[in-house]
Amino acid sequence: MEITNYVVLAAVLFAIGATTVLLRRNAIVVFMGVELMLNATNLAFVTFARLHGDLTGQVLAFFVMVVAAAEVVVGLAIIVTIFRTRRSASVDDVNLLKG
Amino acid sequence: MNDVIGLAPWLIGFPLIGAAVLLLGGRATDRWGHWLGVLASGAAAVVGFILLFRMIGTPAEERAVDHSLGTWLSAGGLDVDLGLRLDPLSMTFVVLVTFVGTLIHIYSVAYMDHDVDRRRFFAYLNLFVAAMLTLVLADSYLLLFVGWEGVGVASYLLIGFWDTGRPTARENAVAAKKAFVMNRVGDMGLIAAMAILFATVGSVGFADVLPAAGGLSEGTATAVGLCLLLAACGKSAQFPLQAWLGDAMAGPTPVSALIHAATMVTAGVYLMVRSGPILEAAPTAQLVVVVVGAVTLLFGAVVGTAKDDIKKALAASTMSQIGYMMLAAGLGPAGYAFAIFHLLTHGFFKAGLFLGAGAVMHAMGDQTDMRRFGGLSRFLPITWITMGLGWLAILGIPPFSGYWSKDGIIEAAFIPVDGQPWRAWVFGTVAVVGAAITAFYMTRLFFMTFGGRRPRWTENQHPHEGSPLMWWPLVFLGVGSAGLGLVLGIGGTFTTWLEPVVGHAEHHEPVLPVPVIIGATLVLVLLGAALAFRMYAVQLVPEEAPRGSFLTRAARRDLYQDAANETLVVLPAHGIARLVQVGDRDVVDRGWGVLPLAVSWFGAMFRKVQTGYVRSYAAGMAGGVLVIALVAWLVVRLGAGLGGAQ
Repeated sequence: MEITNYVVLAAVLFAIGATTVLLRRNAIVVFMGVELMLNATNLAFVTFARLHGDLTGQVLAFFVMVVAAAEVVVGLAIIVTIFRTRRSASVDDVNLLKG
Repeated sequence: MNDVIGLAPWLIGFPLIGAAVLLLGGRATDRWGHWLGVLASGAAAVVGFILLFRMIGTPAEERAVDHSLGTWLSAGGLDVDLGLRLDPLSMTFVVLVTFVGTLIHIYSVAYMDHDVDRRRFFAYLNLFVAAMLTLVLADSYLLLFVGWEGVGVASYLLIGFWDTGRPTARENAVAAKKAFVMNRVGDMGLIAAMAILFATVGSVGFADVLPAAGGLSEGTATAVGLCLLLAACGKSAQFPLQAWLGDAMAGPTPVSALIHAATMVTAGVYLMVRSGPILEAAPTAQLVVVVVGAVTLLFGAVVGTAKDDIKKALAASTMSQIGYMMLAAGLGPAGYAFAIFHLLTHGFFKAGLFLGAGAVMHAMGDQTDMRRFGGLSRFLPITWITMGLGWLAILGIPPFSGYWSKDGIIEAAFIPVDGQPWRAWVFGTVAVVGAAITAFYMTRLFFMTFGGRRPRWTENQHPHEGSPLMWWPLVFLGVGSAGLGLVLGIGGTFTTWLEPVVGHAEHHEPVLPVPVIIGATLVLVLLGAALAFRMYAVQLVPEEAPRGSFLTRAARRDLYQDAANETLVVLPAHGIARLVQVGDRDVVDRGWGVLPLAVSWFGAMFRKVQTGYVRSYAAGMAGGVLVIALVAWLVVRLGAGLGGAQ
């Protein structure tokens, strides 16, 4: 397999994730976009670890997974709380910081 | 002299302790407080006489003694010693202040009998005496200034003494404030004079400054002299700072006597005579002093002719008499002795006249309008006789005391200065004319009060002589008015007494022979008195003041001094204040207001970025990352390109 394919796949996944985050209103879906971006990054890390024959990238991928797991826990808790108070999971409704 | 010099601080100490005890003791001292006040002043008088007699017993050249009490302040180049100067000049004042002051204290015990605040009144009287003694005993301008300010404070407290619970309370308070503020203008002059002296001589002590005065440049001496004159004008109610004196009559009558006879207004004359060497180094300043004196003596005399209020007429008279003293003080050594001599005799007869006026008011239920007096000689014989002695003294009828001092001033005014006969003629004539007007208004006052064919009293008046506490001081002052001039004036005793301080006056001939001056003065004085006698004793005095000529109306309103002050000083000052206020609000405040406006404008601009939409923040972050990545890429490419070129 050409190494380029992995990199391109990672880039495509990242772009899809970013687009999801930017375009979708539902907080759960936005969250899924974020997860997609994180995993795209992981793929890039692992790919370059393989390319360079160096384990640092793989170690970093593990770190990202751990942080992502923690982030999911906190993020979902926030979303559930918001939904409970506002009866909505739309990120556009959460605009208390509007200037 | 040196064995009793240690007593000198007690001159100030006794009345100061009296004032402190009475003020701090509060109501607890109400019952005996007034007697403590009398005692404090009396003790100072006793010390004063002991020192005086010891001084008379010492040879003339050893009479001036500086009594040092240690270093007062030492700051950089300024070293001021706390010390008292005892010499014939200050001793004259000490005796006048303590003796007349004590008589006024005794009188006040009866006069203020029904006042609930009598204790406080005596505390202020003691403070007044202590401040005045500090002023005259100081051996430096700085310590003199302490007394100077103390006198100002005490006069403020006493003029406004009746500032509650009376219909005139508000006017009294305003009068006190007016006196205080106008004095402040003069004080500025004294501070400026001290500053100039310190800058040029390097000291403010009399012992350093006065001998060095001859070495000052004429410009410096003139500046110092004029600043001192400003100070003297404020304290002595001389033109143009005279307006407070008439209003100061708002205080209880003993206060007026104290201000006019012993303390306060005499301070300016003292300052002029004490600073004699400085004035002699500045002929221009001397001329200004003489002019101020001449203007004030006419001003006061003219105002005095129209006043119906007995106290205000006497106040105008004081202004006029102090004008004589200033005139004499500006004439150099020939005039100093007579300025102080007149001050001394004036202290006695004016205190007597004021206390007499107080006795009349006391008898007439606080009435001050002379048009409602008349025929009082039968009911108040002691007051009548003692005031009569004062009246003859101020007229300058020989041998009463005013003759000896005032005539000396008139003769001195007729002596040409620097060979300029015009000055002798102008100021001599002013002095003689002033004497004639004085005769007119004092005779008017005397006969409107005591003479007249029918009384013009308001209803329910039962005039009667006050208690012995009130008339004994009058008797003492009456005797002083009658005999003091003769005792001190004959053979030039007083002039010789002051010679060690003021210097020996070269004898110069007046432009007219002396007998002619004396004769002309007497004739004019008698004419003035006769005119007043005809108008106010022979003819009936109307109870309502007639409208009068233009001059009468002007004099009644103090020659429009308040209107002039209002237009020339108060309104422009208000204008400046308003200008500053508007400038502060519209220029400074608005100018600085631009800064917060700009900040808030920027804030308004950038708050639009904060939309509250999470996705727009995310887009911003994504865009930012893209931009950074692009820049980083470009930099790397460019760096690589450059590297390739090397």
